Amino acid sequence: MYDLKALYEATSVQDAVRLRLEHPEAQILAGGTDVLVQMREGKRAGKELISIYGINEMRGVTIDEDENIRIGSLTSFSHITRDPIIQKYINVLGEAVDMVGGPQIRNAGTIGGNTCNGVTSADSASTLFAWDAVVELTGAEGVRRIPIQEFYLSAGKVDIRPDEIQTAILIPKTSYAGCFGHYIKYAMRNAMDIATTGCSVNVVLSEDKKTIVRARIAYGVAGPIPMRAPSAEAAANGKPVNAETVDAFGAAVLADIHPRDSWRASKAFREHIAVELAKRGLMESIKLAGGELA
Amino acid sequence: MSSVGQSKLRVDAFDKAAGRAKYTDDLCDRSALVTRIVHSSIAHGMVQKVDTARAEQIPGVVKIFTCFDVPDIPFPTAGHPWSTDPHHQDVADRLLLNRHVRYYGDEVAVVVAENEVAAAQAARLVEVEYEEYPFVLDVQKAMEPGAPQIHEKYPNNILAHTQIRNGDYEAASKEPGLIRVEGWYDTPTVQHCHIENHICTAQMEGGRITVTSSTQIPHIVRRVCGQALGIPWGKVRIVKPYIGGGFGNKQDALYEPLCAWLTTQLGGRLVKIDCTREETFVSNRVRHAIRTHIISWVRPDGTFAARKIECFSNQGGYASHGHGIVAKGMGAFPQIYPCPNVEGDAYTVFTNRPSAGAMRGYGIPQAMWAGESHIDDVARALGREPMEYRYQIVMPKGYVDGFSKNENYYDTFRQVMDKGKTAIDYERKRAEYANQTGPVRRGIGMALFWYNTAVWPISLESSSCRMVLNQDGSVQVQTGETEIGQGCDTAFAQMAADAIGIPFEDVHMVSTQDTDVTPFGTGAYASRQTYTGGFALRQTGQILKDRILTYAVELTRQMKENLDLVDGKVIRVTDGRELMTLGELATEALYSLTHSQHITAESTYQIKNNAYSFGCTFAEVEVDIPMCKVKLLDIVNVHDCGKLINPALAEAQVHGGMSMGIGYGMSEQLLFDEKTGRPLNNNLLDYKLSTFMDHPTLQAEFVENAEPTSPYGTKALGEPPACSPAPAIRNAVLQATGVSINQAPMTPHVLFARFKEEGLL
Repeated sequence: MYDLKALYEATSVQDAVRLRLEHPEAQILAGGTDVLVQMREGKRAGKELISIYGINEMRGVTIDEDENIRIGSLTSFSHITRDPIIQKYINVLGEAVDMVGGPQIRNAGTIGGNTCNGVTSADSASTLFAWDAVVELTGAEGVRRIPIQEFYLSAGKVDIRPDEIQTAILIPKTSYAGCFGHYIKYAMRNAMDIATTGCSVNVVLSEDKKTIVRARIAYGVAGPIPMRAPSAEAAANGKPVNAETVDAFGAAVLADIHPRDSWRASKAFREHIAVELAKRGLMESIKLAGGELA
Repeated sequence: MSSVGQSKLRVDAFDKAAGRAKYTDDLCDRSALVTRIVHSSIAHGMVQKVDTARAEQIPGVVKIFTCFDVPDIPFPTAGHPWSTDPHHQDVADRLLLNRHVRYYGDEVAVVVAENEVAAAQAARLVEVEYEEYPFVLDVQKAMEPGAPQIHEKYPNNILAHTQIRNGDYEAASKEPGLIRVEGWYDTPTVQHCHIENHICTAQMEGGRITVTSSTQIPHIVRRVCGQALGIPWGKVRIVKPYIGGGFGNKQDALYEPLCAWLTTQLGGRLVKIDCTREETFVSNRVRHAIRTHIISWVRPDGTFAARKIECFSNQGGYASHGHGIVAKGMGAFPQIYPCPNVEGDAYTVFTNRPSAGAMRGYGIPQAMWAGESHIDDVARALGREPMEYRYQIVMPKGYVDGFSKNENYYDTFRQVMDKGKTAIDYERKRAEYANQTGPVRRGIGMALFWYNTAVWPISLESSSCRMVLNQDGSVQVQTGETEIGQGCDTAFAQMAADAIGIPFEDVHMVSTQDTDVTPFGTGAYASRQTYTGGFALRQTGQILKDRILTYAVELTRQMKENLDLVDGKVIRVTDGRELMTLGELATEALYSLTHSQHITAESTYQIKNNAYSFGCTFAEVEVDIPMCKVKLLDIVNVHDCGKLINPALAEAQVHGGMSMGIGYGMSEQLLFDEKTGRPLNNNLLDYKLSTFMDHPTLQAEFVENAEPTSPYGTKALGEPPACSPAPAIRNAVLQATGVSINQAPMTPHVLFARFKEEGLL
């Protein structure tokens, strides 16, 4: 039995926008794998809920007219992992969300919910940061698109206006073309866990596979929200594919990240792991892109 | 054909798989009032005031009871057989709700409501004012002068201190040429994490209280409820339906006394206490965290001249099972590797942590973590291969414990090592993994364990059984021993079938214990069900068979000594002729116009024996040093639990215990905030119970040495599988990295710190 005040079920995106305006205090409910847990814990007890879970137009992965990969916000983790477009262009995202919770959670949980929570440990978030994803929000005035870095405001807080819902996540063609990436979730067990640190790396290599044309790296749980590591990227961009580049890339991470001491892990431990993950992520990305480390 | 020894399908398999099996909540009527307990939000202090005014305004709230309302009757909770000797009785140190709160999570008040939402809302609004006292979480700090005093009668918070003084440790340790090996070994506070949280319901009928509970020990809980409420024990009836695991947590009276009292305050209405997972972690029972200090004085030939052990057992806020746990653990020390000069001291110490009680292994997993880690440390100091070293020094065949009279009838320890090393290819891998370098290294290790079945002669061991014959020749069987998921009903049906002489399918186990009708028994603990239950089943089965054959004499006109009951048929043994089926006999017996008889048997057997149950674990790991991670590649447990009653169920028991042991060694630990004493991870996300994805294939092997004292040649298997996996994994990590990890669990945090200390990072 859940302690909820009322449940409103939206039938379309426009209906959801209307409900948002009518019930400004209400919490949006997608797959429910976080909201209902928090409600049970008492954190969101007694709240109104707007369920958007029935809006089928918000499900599925497509390539839009601008050749963006468009992921409907209600697409479940398990559908993302098994989607042929994802597997072809950004397989790392499918691998990353396949590490969320367990099979039941991945069937119910959605990528929209995962990002709208605003938590730093979300398994999808570091890959979306690393691939310069764009968040699509739909409100009374129409559609608004912002880079995911701007969508995350602070821990647990994202840029959704009172009339809006998140309707899609887009990966631009300039981001995914020729790009290969790898995500490492570092957690205390191999399933049913949240990341101690998550690291997503991707590269575009030169035609001869000897030079890193572009490297991108993002972390979860290296700060209050997911973050890119620009110093590390600078240390690798345009550099030859070799062990020195990998080491320089790893070492530069420490200039960017700000993990904290908590009972879950010490700052020193998180920093140590972050460097190791950066190096391993880069090496694996290079391998996926067809490069070879001497 | 004998049923014993066959992998019979569980008698409850289909009902459980199909969801028909009834658990406590399934039996609870929808009219029940529900509850939410208000727990202490400080680690130590005195409740000054409980303000329920706001909470009582919530619609649906029926009544709120506080620590100022309950009877002032301290009661014990441990699921031990009662002792009629006051000196051996469990410590009575709790009230139903407590003003003096002794840990973060103690019970202060309870909201009774019409529905769960109202109960939860009201519980959040109950305001408790405390006078806060200083608190202490660490076991040795709790013993220091000036430490916060948690119970009045126990100076320095020491609940109990026992000693071993064998030979002369001081003198023996001065022998010239000895090598001294010393270590401190720590184990964590962990929780049982059974699937079904503790739940109980209570209502009154005819002036008596019926409590239905998810418990391992219905007859003991009846006694504790009677004591806690100050009423005659016969006024309480306990019903124990199917339960979703217990592992020792439910070998305590948990919330049954409070629930029983609540119904008396609510006009006898049905009331339910249903723990959340968060409550189960903190406000039920946990495993004792034990810190152990060992010094071994070793001759160059590997023999022990003298050994010393000190054990500090963290009891938490209330006595529960108390000193029994560490006492059992320390008791293994002088036996498993005999040494003439041993000095041992075990302390059980109150702290402001959750109360520690029984948990699978009862002190032995802690003792094996320390003892078996230490043996590898000794072997390393001597430059010896650790398994070969154990062959030299381990308890020999014929060893007899002077106290319990337990005897090592076979060369069990060496036999299980032989079987385990072959199963995992130990010697080849041990050689292959010697002297590795590089960031990722493999290792293989092993650990033995010592265990003994049941609680004789420390405590009562008895078992009672009733059998009732039906018209068709089938038999209902009742015992006081409880099915808690481990499969004992199936093993009992097999033993009963053989004892009576009927097919397995003709035994109907009455799984539910109801203290109004079930023969007296103390319940599921100490890995005793199959061993102790076997005595009463064998004896009662023979009584029933004798009565059946006596009746058969009337019907067949044959001499009783010439008759036997085999596979449900009355046989004339002189020529093997089948004279009649048991069904024909039973129908005649019940409906006879000349001699009608309800054929039944009931008896108690008091067991004055105990049995060793030994074994070992072999584990192979891969350690990724920069990632501070251990991957378990392979693990094998080998057990000598006597003859297997049901090999498939035995294997399942071992798998479950190994899983628990893996979590104990690698990931599980209940953490507390040093500043407040608040538990930090009392949920299944943050408490890292190992998952299917964290296990390799679990392999169970057996050495079937028949136990001579048991009517079926069997002995303990419930707890033993959890005793040795953790130190075996630790010793494998030691081989891989050369780094001794003396603190369980070996989390990445612990490995990070140790690898840095040792210069690997």
